[in-house]
This record gives sequence, C-alpha cells and structure tokens, in this order.
Amino acid sequence: MSERIPILRIGDTLLVSVQTDLEDQTVLNLQEDLADQIVARSAQGVIIDISALEIVDSFVGRMLATIAAISRMLDARTVVVGMRPAVAITLVELGLSLGGVSTALDLEKGLAKLSRPTSSAPQ
Amino acid sequence: MVKRDNAADLMGLLSNGDRDLAAMWVAEVAGSLGSRVGSAELDRELRELYEALVQALRQGAVDVHSEEMSEVRALLAELSRNRARQGFSPSETAISVFALKRVLEPMLENGSADEIPAYLRLARILDGLGLFTIETYTRTRDELITAQAEQLLELSTPVVRLWDGVIAVPLVGTLDSARTQVVMEKLLQALVDTGSEQAIIDITGVPAVDTQVAQHLLKTIVAARLMGAECTVSGISPQIAQTIVALGIEFDGIVTKASLADALKLALRRSGVDMVAHTGTRR
Repeated sequence: MSERIPILRIGDTLLVSVQTDLEDQTVLNLQEDLADQIVARSAQGVIIDISALEIVDSFVGRMLATIAAISRMLDARTVVVGMRPAVAITLVELGLSLGGVSTALDLEKGLAKLSRPTSSAPQ
Repeated sequence: MVKRDNAADLMGLLSNGDRDLAAMWVAEVAGSLGSRVGSAELDRELRELYEALVQALRQGAVDVHSEEMSEVRALLAELSRNRARQGFSPSETAISVFALKRVLEPMLENGSADEIPAYLRLARILDGLGLFTIETYTRTRDELITAQAEQLLELSTPVVRLWDGVIAVPLVGTLDSARTQVVMEKLLQALVDTGSEQAIIDITGVPAVDTQVAQHLLKTIVAARLMGAECTVSGISPQIAQTIVALGIEFDGIVTKASLADALKLALRRSGVDMVAHTGTRR
C-alpha cells in the first residue's frame, strides 16, 4: 500500500501539498484521486504545492504536466507553486518545460493567480 | 662508505671560504634580478637556503627528493611562490638556483682534478632543485589563475533588485556553460529570496551570442518560468539581433527588449505599477 497525498479543499479550489519525495505509484494515485475530486467537488482551480520537493525525475515531471492537462479537461486551472531552483534546473535539463502549466512562486501568489480572470492570466 | 665520501667532497666544495660563497651567490642573483627584490630580503633568502643546503649535504642528501632535503625544498618552494606572485618569469626564478653553479665554476679552475666529479654531482643536485623551483612556480601560477577565474565568476554575476518584485542580472563578458550555470542558480535563488515575479536578464555587456549561449539563456528563462516568474531579455544590440535571426534561434514566447529601460517599464506594468510622467511641473 503506497501512501496517498492528501487533497484539501478551499472554496472551489483544491490544494495538493506534496510533503515527501514522490514515488511513481504515489503520483499515479494522486492523478486518480485528483481527477475524482475535481469532478466530485466541481472545483475551478487546483494548486499543487511542491515547495517541499527536493528531487524530481523525468516521470514526476511528465506527470505534473499530465495532471495539469487532465485538470484542464475537467475545466479546472492548475497552478504549480513553490518549485525550488534545483528542481527547476533539473526539469529544464531533462527537457521538460511543462508547457501549459501555470506556475507561481508561492501558495499566496498561486491563489492570487487563480482568483484573476482567465483572460488576464499570462500564458 | 661511498656515500660518506660523496658528502665529504660536496661539503669540501661548498665550505670553501664559507661566507664568501653565499655572498657571491647573492651578488650573482642580485645582478640578474635587478632592483625588483630588496637586497636585504634577497640576502636573507639565499643565505637561509645556502645554510639549509650545506646542512642537507652534510647529512648525506643525494638528490632533491631525499628526506634530508625537506628544509631546502620548503625554503625553495616559498621563494618560488613569492617570485610567482611578484610577477617574475620562470627563468628569473630558476636563476636563483643556477647562479650557485656559476659561482662555483671559478673554484674548479684553481682546484684539483678530484673536485670535478664532486662538482658534477653537486651540479646534478642543483639542476634538480632548479626544476623543483620551476614546478612550484608553475603550480603557484596555476593556483593564482584558478583563484582569479573563481573571483571573476563571483564578481561578474551580481543580481540586483530594481523594484519590489523586479530583479535584474546584468551580464558582462563572454558567456560559457560554467558562467551561465552560476547565473542561472543565482537568479533562481534570488527569485525565491526576494519573492520576485519579474526578472530581467540584461545582455548589454555580452559581446557575442552563439547558439550555445542562446540555449543557456533559454534554459534559464524556462527554469524561471517553472518557478512562477517571468523573464525578459534586454540589452540586445542590433548586431546580436541579426546574429540570433541568422542562426535561426527561436526565442518563442520570450519577451525581448532593446534596452533595460524598456524591460523595466514592462516588468513594472506587469507587476501592476503605474508610472506617470509629470510634464512641465517639477516635483
């Protein structure tokens, strides 16, 4: 039984706070749970906080993009917040630019980004 | 037994009018170095070295790497390090050792034929010492160069805060992988530390951009975007603009500005700061 990452609800936004280094199975579970939750709670936005994440591999990087794409299909905007410099450099070196995923420096700025209307959101 | 004899011979050679030899050595070296080293300092250095050398030979040292030579090596190393730092050439440094041979030469003419083998042995030892000097000199120079390169790396990548939430990196000089790596890390760390959402990379001081440099810039910008910050590249000269287009490098989705002022204006507008020019009224 691999661990599951808790998904919290604030208004119509879902907050995923990643506190441990991610294993492949954990990420797959998260993808399923999150899709279920978005539908069940008709969420408008998803924030994935990875400020505690120190190590990523190409699988986790790709899954972040996949999760964002799935959320978009379910009409919820995804913002990845708090990525560390080392993680950002790793992803870039791996050739993963996470196109289409919004990012913000921290949780507060991520929430602010979601509360802005879609049109003004920078791509 | 043979070794003892050797040592005795060498000693005989060196202790021939003891003080005199050292003084002649100092004079010889001083002549070749000119006035760039203080005569008192030179005198002290060489006399110490001479004493150490005589001591080492007395203990039966056969070449530079003998254990008995350790003090001589230490003194020589210090001498060549000083010379390297003061900007002397390798030959000027090595001459300090080789001059001793020249000082000994006249004594051969007056001495007996027995002294010739002893002189040759001593010459070999001195050659070894000379090489050792040059090695130390080169090593010191290498260390200096490495240290300076590191300093340059540190100096040339400052991250400055232009406004609340706006930081800039003015890049000066040629960019290579190592430098870009440092710039990237510093910039990203500064984004976290200052909580800035706008970053400007100013390349006014970069003389040329090739595909590799452009690649590095792109990586930095994508990494910053991953962290939730927006990057603008400014200070693109007409020349560089032409090069980038000619090389076919895609700067897709990256905002580029000709001057830092334009980039700052854009960054301020993006972070919601309005600037109003008060024409005609001085404030």
